[in-house]
Amino acid sequence: MSELPSHASVVVIGAGIVGNCVVGHLAERDWTDIVLVDKGPLPDPGGSTGHASNFIFPVDHSKEIAQLTLESQRQFEEMGVQTTTGGLEIARTEARMEELRRRMASALAWGIDAELIGPERVKELAPFVDTSIVLGAFYTPSVSVVDSLQAGTIQRQRALDKGALTVSANTEVLDVEVDQGRVTAVVTDRGRITCDHIVVACGVWSPRIAAMAGARIPLVPAVHQMLDVGPIPELEATRSEISYPIVRDMDTFMYERQSGGDMEVGSYAHRPILHDPDDIPSIEEAQLSPTQLPFTQEDFDEQMEHALELMPELLDTPGAGIKHAINGLLSLTPDAGPLLGETPEVKGLWSAAAVWIKEGPGVGRVMAELMTDGVAFMDIHGADIARFTPHQRTDFHVKARSREHFNKTYGIVHPHEQWESQRGIRVGPMHARTSALDAVYFEAGGWERPQWYESNASLVAEYGVADRPHEWDRRWWSPIMNAEHLAMRERVAMIDLTAFSIYEVHGPGAKDYLDAVVVTNVDRPAGRIMYTPVLTYNGGFRSDLTVIRLGWDHYRIITGGADWGRDLKWFSDHLPADGSAHLTDVTSAWTTVGVWGPRARDLMAGATSHDLSNDAFPFGNAQWVEIDGIEALMVRISYVGDLGWEVHAPIEQGQHLWDVLWEAGQPHDVVPAGGGVYGGSGRLEKGYRLMGAELESEYDPVEAGLAFPKVKAADFIGKERYLESREREPAAVMCSLTVEDHTSSSGVERFPMGGSPLLTTDGRRLEDAHGRPCVVTSSGSGPSIGKHILLGYLPPEQAKVGQELLVQYMGERFPVVVGSATRHGLFDPDDTRMKS
Amino acid sequence: MRILTCVKRVPSPGAKITLTADGTAIDTRHLGFTISPHEECAVEEAVQLASAHGGSSTVLTLGPAEAEEQLRNAIAMGIDHAVLLPIEPDEHGVAEWDPRATAHAIAEAVTGLEADDGPFDLLLFGNESADAGNFQVGVRVAEALGRPVLDGIKDIEVADGTARVRRSVPDGFTVHQLPLPAVLAVKEGINLPRYPAMRGRLIAKKATIRQLQPTPRPGGLRRLRLRAPEQQRTETVILGSGADAAPAAADVLEEVGLL
Repeated sequence: MSELPSHASVVVIGAGIVGNCVVGHLAERDWTDIVLVDKGPLPDPGGSTGHASNFIFPVDHSKEIAQLTLESQRQFEEMGVQTTTGGLEIARTEARMEELRRRMASALAWGIDAELIGPERVKELAPFVDTSIVLGAFYTPSVSVVDSLQAGTIQRQRALDKGALTVSANTEVLDVEVDQGRVTAVVTDRGRITCDHIVVACGVWSPRIAAMAGARIPLVPAVHQMLDVGPIPELEATRSEISYPIVRDMDTFMYERQSGGDMEVGSYAHRPILHDPDDIPSIEEAQLSPTQLPFTQEDFDEQMEHALELMPELLDTPGAGIKHAINGLLSLTPDAGPLLGETPEVKGLWSAAAVWIKEGPGVGRVMAELMTDGVAFMDIHGADIARFTPHQRTDFHVKARSREHFNKTYGIVHPHEQWESQRGIRVGPMHARTSALDAVYFEAGGWERPQWYESNASLVAEYGVADRPHEWDRRWWSPIMNAEHLAMRERVAMIDLTAFSIYEVHGPGAKDYLDAVVVTNVDRPAGRIMYTPVLTYNGGFRSDLTVIRLGWDHYRIITGGADWGRDLKWFSDHLPADGSAHLTDVTSAWTTVGVWGPRARDLMAGATSHDLSNDAFPFGNAQWVEIDGIEALMVRISYVGDLGWEVHAPIEQGQHLWDVLWEAGQPHDVVPAGGGVYGGSGRLEKGYRLMGAELESEYDPVEAGLAFPKVKAADFIGKERYLESREREPAAVMCSLTVEDHTSSSGVERFPMGGSPLLTTDGRRLEDAHGRPCVVTSSGSGPSIGKHILLGYLPPEQAKVGQELLVQYMGERFPVVVGSATRHGLFDPDDTRMKS
Repeated sequence: MRILTCVKRVPSPGAKITLTADGTAIDTRHLGFTISPHEECAVEEAVQLASAHGGSSTVLTLGPAEAEEQLRNAIAMGIDHAVLLPIEPDEHGVAEWDPRATAHAIAEAVTGLEADDGPFDLLLFGNESADAGNFQVGVRVAEALGRPVLDGIKDIEVADGTARVRRSVPDGFTVHQLPLPAVLAVKEGINLPRYPAMRGRLIAKKATIRQLQPTPRPGGLRRLRLRAPEQQRTETVILGSGADAAPAAADVLEEVGLL
């Protein structure tokens, strides 16, 4: 046992797979004076790593998770702790077969070898499966099993070998000290360590440690049940830890994997059983380990029947019994994603929590890179701990959402699927009005945002909008959205945009501060609207948003509802130390109504006497306007490509604003339109990029087609890399494509969605010179151009208007053609409508 | 041959036993429940004897409603029937009677069961319970029923209405013969209990558990307070890795007298 040093550059708390990998990767990046503490003994301190099943299925619909998993597999292989077994995801139902076809598309997208196989082939690979109940399976040869404890030991040893690490097991953290918003020390039962950084990598205990510092790590410990059945002579005869492919019985949410002479059976089908981090037994008190709680048999009875159905003879082998059964604890988060990065509350307090074994080493690398360079090799916006709003960090929300998604672990989850729990708890001021119009709400940044209005149903016939014939394609979709779109293009629409995130910057240093953070030159006259990318240190996208100058020392920043926490942290992190600029989050103080369409000026003229002529109020400008007793900010900008404004008003006057505009719109046949138009069809027709879809830290503005003609003189984050990227040919180009024939082999028209891989006409998978896969980043209707639009990055040689390609969707391929290889979209590419 | 095995639901603690705030009971919030290893062997022995000689086996417990779990586990191991003598928790939340009251209730239940279905040839107990360790219930039941009893049993052979048993004693074992019906308290090591089969679990889940309401009788033993002994903090020492660790490992083995 090493003596604890009094100071460390970083203290990593938790010696599971994540903490060990963070330590290893920090040492690799030449960090020294690292301390790793765990309250348990090594190599298995009693956390979730110690009871993990340790298998890795690399295919995931999420690009982020697939990337983390593939990187982890690469590292496990390099460490020599990986056994490739292959894996079967079995379908018992036709719905699951369709989901497996969708998985085939994801496998192709991420370049993972996989095939759909029939029952006979399943029998060959796993002879003990009763294939009479199997329709087919998704077979991934690269599925593997790893030794996560040994991987942790190796990572730790590498840091020790470099003389960079002190390890202290059996060391309990008692307190985390914070001064002026920054961590200063960790207090343990073996001494106090002053430090610059703390990484909380202690899985289910993470919320407790974060709370010591006044931060939240929003996860809840939850039970995953598993048991071992054996001895089974057929498995013992292999004389190996594992010789058969791992089987996931997808429709029963279960898995079965060989573990020596036993079969391990695990489930995600039982009722969600949540625990409290403060109520986990200590190592001494626990019967097995703190995260291996007593098995609750009654929760597993149905699962046993399912397991016996699938492997009747093997699991019913005479003499074989249940040798070991646990309620294992793992971490669940509100949206099922990991919690990575610096906490928004406390500087220097990093979270590396809610990570599965399959992501562990990849997360170790991401964390070390974030801590060293401020940016990782891959975009992690979906895992960023700063992504949550305050209400999403509450215990109540965390538990409600975790309870909801636990049983979806192996579920068939539609890409647009909406949450059922915790709804209707963050509503805008127009909510009563939009509800009266029968709005169907989707969630955006925790807000209820109308996606379409059932009151517009009659528009479907009026505009002759076609429905989608396949249930999957029309799930969480409505032809009403396309009808609203066409009505907007013809008349005028009002859109509730309360979900916008809005910050304000004040102070004499406001201009210089913003100039240092965003790409565009913000030294413009008051009233000017500036669209701008915000870059990471490596010149990739951190965000993209709108800045309005409201005064010489006053700016407003408007960004997406889902980007609230991440962008707020980024802007907060870069505030000047001298206090010359202040950032205020006014999201809950301002509401916005979008008014767009050829009659938008007519509508607004009925609500205000302000001069709205093109000369007096040109595109790209914002002006303070009186609207029936409301001092509103009219912002002449458009994300849907039509004439109109975002009208900002104090939130308490939002309903009044809606009423006035609605009244003014009646002579012009105004329609309410939802997010389906705003973030979907209107945006896609214009080719507007969306943060988190087209825009990620892995892509730069040149590739996204969003580089400005000139580069400002002032220095800004990412400038050096931005300048470099402007000097070379982009490795990929963001393009707008259209689907040319929707007809599937069964004759049903299909509508490809995001994540689908783009292929050459001879079926070859496409990736760019940096190895980045070419996939659909966004997709949706283009009602005004009469086409289904896809956005996606293509290598320059394919990024040519007229280029014919294929898109793979649900196991079938559909012809597509490139319609635009610039930032200009397919509808009104010269922007004449919105500038009219 | 009809065999009755009596078991007791007890907490399954970790290295450290935590007591409730008033010190009258074990804090079982984080604990699972089980039966003593001796009782597991008694269950296994009953299953084996019933299988070898024909007949049926029954498991019985006196305890809270939750003790059904232990009864169903026994069924999953191959026991045919189960009987619960349900009792309510006391003011400390503990559903447990003292040995005298327990033995009386079991003897009463045995009498009732035998009146309904015929006599038991063997009543098996664990040598002692895993928690209280009073070593009394089996003997008291035998006394109440007027049947011969032996404890510390490590082997049972049944033939021609008699049981030939081995009883472990400090320097070896003694061999005894008892007429049936008899009462035997068995010790761990008499057999290797099987793991419950998955199929057995499903059978157990559906099994009917017969409930017989026991008659409360005053006992002679009252628990006042529990005390957990101080525990030494254990520490893991890493001796090295690979072949480098061998000399240090050898030293440790020598130190503890294994080399």
